[in-house]
Amino acid sequence: MTLTVFALAAIALLALIFGALLGFAAIRFKVEGDPLVDQIDAILPQTQCGQCGYPGCKPYAEAIANGDDINKCPPGGETTIRELSALMGVEAKPLDAAHGVEDVKKVAFIREDECIGCTKCIQACPVDAILGAAKQMHTILIDECTGCDLCVDPCPVDCIDMVPVEVDSSHWEWKFNKVPVGDIPIRQMS
Amino acid sequence: MTMLSLSSSPHHHNRRDIGQVMRLVCYATIPGILANVWFFGFGILIQVVLAIITALVTEGVIMELRKKKTERVLKDYSAVLAALLLAISIPPLAPWWVIVIGTFFSIAVVKQLYGGLGYNMFNPAMAGYVMLLISFPVQMTSWLPPFSIAEQSHSLWDAIHTVFTGFTSTGFSVEQLKVGIDGTTMATPLDEVKTALLQGYTVTEAKSHIMFDGNYGKGWLWVAIAYLLGGLFLIKTKVINWHIPGSMLASAALLSLFLFLLDGDQYASPLFHLFNGSLIVGAFFIATDPVSASTTSKGRIIFGAAIGLWVIIIRNWGGYPDAIAFAVLIMNMAVPLIDYYTQPRTYGHKNKASKDS
Amino acid sequence: MFANYDKIIERISLNQLWDFPGGVHPPQQKTLSNQSSIEYLQVEKTYYVPVKQHIGIEGKLLVCEGDKVLKGQALTTSEAPFSVPVHAPTSGAVTKITNHVSAHPSGIPELSVIIDADGQDTWIELDPVPDYAKTSKSELIERICDAGISGMGGAGFPTHIKTNNSKPLEFLIINGIECEPYISSDDRLMREHAWQIRQGIDILVHILQPKQVIVAVEDNKPEALETMSIACQQKINYQVVSVPTKYPAGGEKQLIQVLTSREVPANGLPIDVGCIMYNVATCYAIADAIVEGKPLIERVVTLTGEGFKSPKNVWARLGTPIQSLLTYGDYDQSQQSSPRFIMGGPMMGFTVTSMLTPIVKISNCILVPADNELPHPEDERACIRCSACSDVCPASLLPQQLFWYSKAKELEKAEEYNLFDCIECGACAYVCPSEIPLVHYYRQAKADIRNQKEEKEKSDKAKIRFEARKARLLKEKEQREEKHRLAAEARKASLSTDGGGTKDKIAAALARAKAKKEALAKQEALAEKEALAKQEALAKQAPHIADLAESEKTKAVSVSEVSTEVVASQTAQGASPAKDSPEDDAAANEETKEL
Ligand code: SF4
Ligand code: SF4
Ligand code: SF4
Repeated sequence: MTLTVFALAAIALLALIFGALLGFAAIRFKVEGDPLVDQIDAILPQTQCGQCGYPGCKPYAEAIANGDDINKCPPGGETTIRELSALMGVEAKPLDAAHGVEDVKKVAFIREDECIGCTKCIQACPVDAILGAAKQMHTILIDECTGCDLCVDPCPVDCIDMVPVEVDSSHWEWKFNKVPVGDIPIRQMS
Repeated sequence: MTMLSLSSSPHHHNRRDIGQVMRLVCYATIPGILANVWFFGFGILIQVVLAIITALVTEGVIMELRKKKTERVLKDYSAVLAALLLAISIPPLAPWWVIVIGTFFSIAVVKQLYGGLGYNMFNPAMAGYVMLLISFPVQMTSWLPPFSIAEQSHSLWDAIHTVFTGFTSTGFSVEQLKVGIDGTTMATPLDEVKTALLQGYTVTEAKSHIMFDGNYGKGWLWVAIAYLLGGLFLIKTKVINWHIPGSMLASAALLSLFLFLLDGDQYASPLFHLFNGSLIVGAFFIATDPVSASTTSKGRIIFGAAIGLWVIIIRNWGGYPDAIAFAVLIMNMAVPLIDYYTQPRTYGHKNKASKDS
Repeated sequence: MFANYDKIIERISLNQLWDFPGGVHPPQQKTLSNQSSIEYLQVEKTYYVPVKQHIGIEGKLLVCEGDKVLKGQALTTSEAPFSVPVHAPTSGAVTKITNHVSAHPSGIPELSVIIDADGQDTWIELDPVPDYAKTSKSELIERICDAGISGMGGAGFPTHIKTNNSKPLEFLIINGIECEPYISSDDRLMREHAWQIRQGIDILVHILQPKQVIVAVEDNKPEALETMSIACQQKINYQVVSVPTKYPAGGEKQLIQVLTSREVPANGLPIDVGCIMYNVATCYAIADAIVEGKPLIERVVTLTGEGFKSPKNVWARLGTPIQSLLTYGDYDQSQQSSPRFIMGGPMMGFTVTSMLTPIVKISNCILVPADNELPHPEDERACIRCSACSDVCPASLLPQQLFWYSKAKELEKAEEYNLFDCIECGACAYVCPSEIPLVHYYRQAKADIRNQKEEKEKSDKAKIRFEARKARLLKEKEQREEKHRLAAEARKASLSTDGGGTKDKIAAALARAKAKKEALAKQEALAEKEALAKQEALAKQAPHIADLAESEKTKAVSVSEVSTEVVASQTAQGASPAKDSPEDDAAANEETKEL
């Protein structure tokens, strides 16, 4: 009987010691990271679309740091929410549909022959990705466009489309269910 | 309509799946089991059958509950192997409920509660064994003498009778079966030496007991050799690597040799340690359980060597005569650490994997 | 450390090679296809020539739809260093230039030139080099590029880039290993065209000036070893080496390790350890290009597997759809429950997504396995941590850890375990008793990491641009506010200098001005904003316009400053401060006009 008690006590003691060691290590070797807002901002997709209800990603990052919900960013979607939940130590919630739904990646495309050169889209673009001058046709720097959608509404002649970004073979993620079907239907294995 | 099938390379497989690997290990225990039957009677066979049935039923029910593909899981033979290893580790005539409880514990708690095959941290058979040893010390230490020196012999029917009722068909109890021709109760060679040492005898004096044939326990030697053959077969067929058994036997032999040279009266010789008890079974069949062993080559050597050391340490100074189960479980806990620090150097890199980028 | 040059030469001459860790020995199955000589095919009706068939960027198109082309005519031209041209496989007409299913596991359509053959198969005028020994290296390299040669062993690295080497070179290694089971295209090529391969090697030696040439052939190809030895016997610094058969001995890094004991450093190139490696088929193509003047338009392709009634090797032109090859090899549909065509070998090849997938420069084999020959993958089981995988990994990785992290999408961890050093040889998945498609997970993880990095870069850029824009808007706002502040101060100043008697008058005027100002403020803000937007637009249009706009803007600002001063002096003289805002407004208007 006493033996059992002893054994149990010893195990408990060991567990305590290990726990203390771990706790000590966690404090002692803690890495001083970026300030929280920057860390959050680094996770957000930087689409700058404002769908979260803030004028850009950084303001939303600040809001999250001050306790706002983490599920308001549709462009980031599940992945971003998961990362945020890990960083903030809060539970991952599904995307708040009030702010929009996750969509495929898109870029804006201006039908240039219809553009009247009103510069409205230029003012709307959060990342200065539209080129053009007054009364001259505008065009979009595809590499800079974040696909935020903000330039679509201001356009008085509706000549801006959001087109999905096509995957090319070097960006294919090895998902066989995402192959264009050839001349024979395809059965996917792993 | 024809369908074009797509899959990722490699399209080739050497067609040795888990089921086959596990089955090969099971087959490799056959010589040892036969030798055991030859020297100690049919008890072990009954234990094996009971264990396998319990394991399959337990695993099957759990798989049904977890809504997994029961048949496919059962066909990986991992439950069978765990049960088999537990069965050959316990005394042949232990009561039926001992093996049933032990197997159930191994499969349901140690394996499935941790997430099933591949996720268990501890070796299921050995965890089950330790649980039994602690819970039922009497039943778990009632070993029989080999037939050549036993007062009573027993048949297959006797064995079955004893496992289920505690008595042979002719009314002998296990205690009576344990009596040797010299009229004393027999134990295992390791037990015998341990007790003798505690009573102040030397190792040599202890070994003058009739159960010994020189260095080795009668019967036990041959059983160990039979398991050794099975183990070598496994290495030959590349089911296991030499690393764990090799380092484990070597470290056990070295430490015992050192102690033996220090004081031959107090410490038994390396050969005594190697061929008595379950060191051989442990080295080839138990410590090599892939799931709970180390995964790097260097790590496996460390893992095996450490088990060898623990075995000798516990045998000499611990409370139990044999120690494979404890040694294996202790080292199971150290596996993540060992693995982390023994990562091989990747091609083209200077240092260990995670250290440079 | 690694062995030095002399030591290596000594060991090679004794045929005591080194070894690489791991490796597997899958059944070879080479005899299926290597028994008969390479066959020539009739001209196809239609060829689908992808514009990009190598690692790098595509060349610029030279032809248009409807153009007539001759056999060997360049369809694209190399403009950037990493681009390699492609050529017409036969004479005929370009019917279409469009996206066509690619020779890639995804099958995602890529730009291809579709050529209908005219059946004449007329060559374009060839321009061979009369004597390469008298030709400058740079010209030879240019010709190699123009002939469209990229590595034909697997990766498809542009050959002219590799050949343009200025670092000291000890070993020129010619890779005739062909370690993948089933494939025998290099085997047949070496048996039948050893002499031309040797010519290709000679040209490379002339360009690269290596100290030693090693021709490495796996010991399961004794005939090829013999022919290559005969072809190379007159050259003293050419050594033909027989390498023990083990998969993947033909991997560039592994072969270098076997021959020299050296390891190509991570993120480095073979030349960092004094080696350059070419595939035998590439050497053959180089000889063709220089000595005959022929561009790369065909290659040897092995048709093999039990799904073919008559497996063999053929000279297939680039752009041939695999459908035709299936016909040539007598595809036996009854062998397969569902058709599965593998381009490449059983270990590293990929299943094609269409019957019209074209042969490209790196396609060395079409493998059509019977169902029971290479069974379809079964569901994976859990990893039992048996480490069979790490025992066979030639890169000494821990595949089980990589798998764990790849599957859990802990990509950083996977990278920490050197995921990107995995050569995707498939040895690990070949032995895994749980039948886990390990390499598939690695590929997904790699693609994810690459895409994420790209995305990160993009979002970083977006962040910077967003912040820059914010800063700009802020500055503009501040400037405006500053202007108003100055104006206000001026007013205050005038107030305090004025005598008390005028105070009432001034107050009245102020009230009037305030009302007026409020009405105008809106208008002003609008105008100003528009003006700024226009400036911005101009600024973005082109740098010089930007400069212009910049100067205009300064002018505008100075004008407004001037006007503020004017106002200030006016108020100082006792004039009505109410004039202030119309003035300002005018300035703003002027600003707008100026643009
Ligand atoms: S919703 Fe738009 S602005 Fe808000 S954090 Fe997401 S990407 Fe940034
Ligand atoms: S071979 Fe398969 S089961 Fe074994 S450790 Fe590797 S991944 Fe796991
Ligand atoms: S595929 Fe990668 S991890 Fe697997 S054996 Fe080859 S190199 Fe190693």
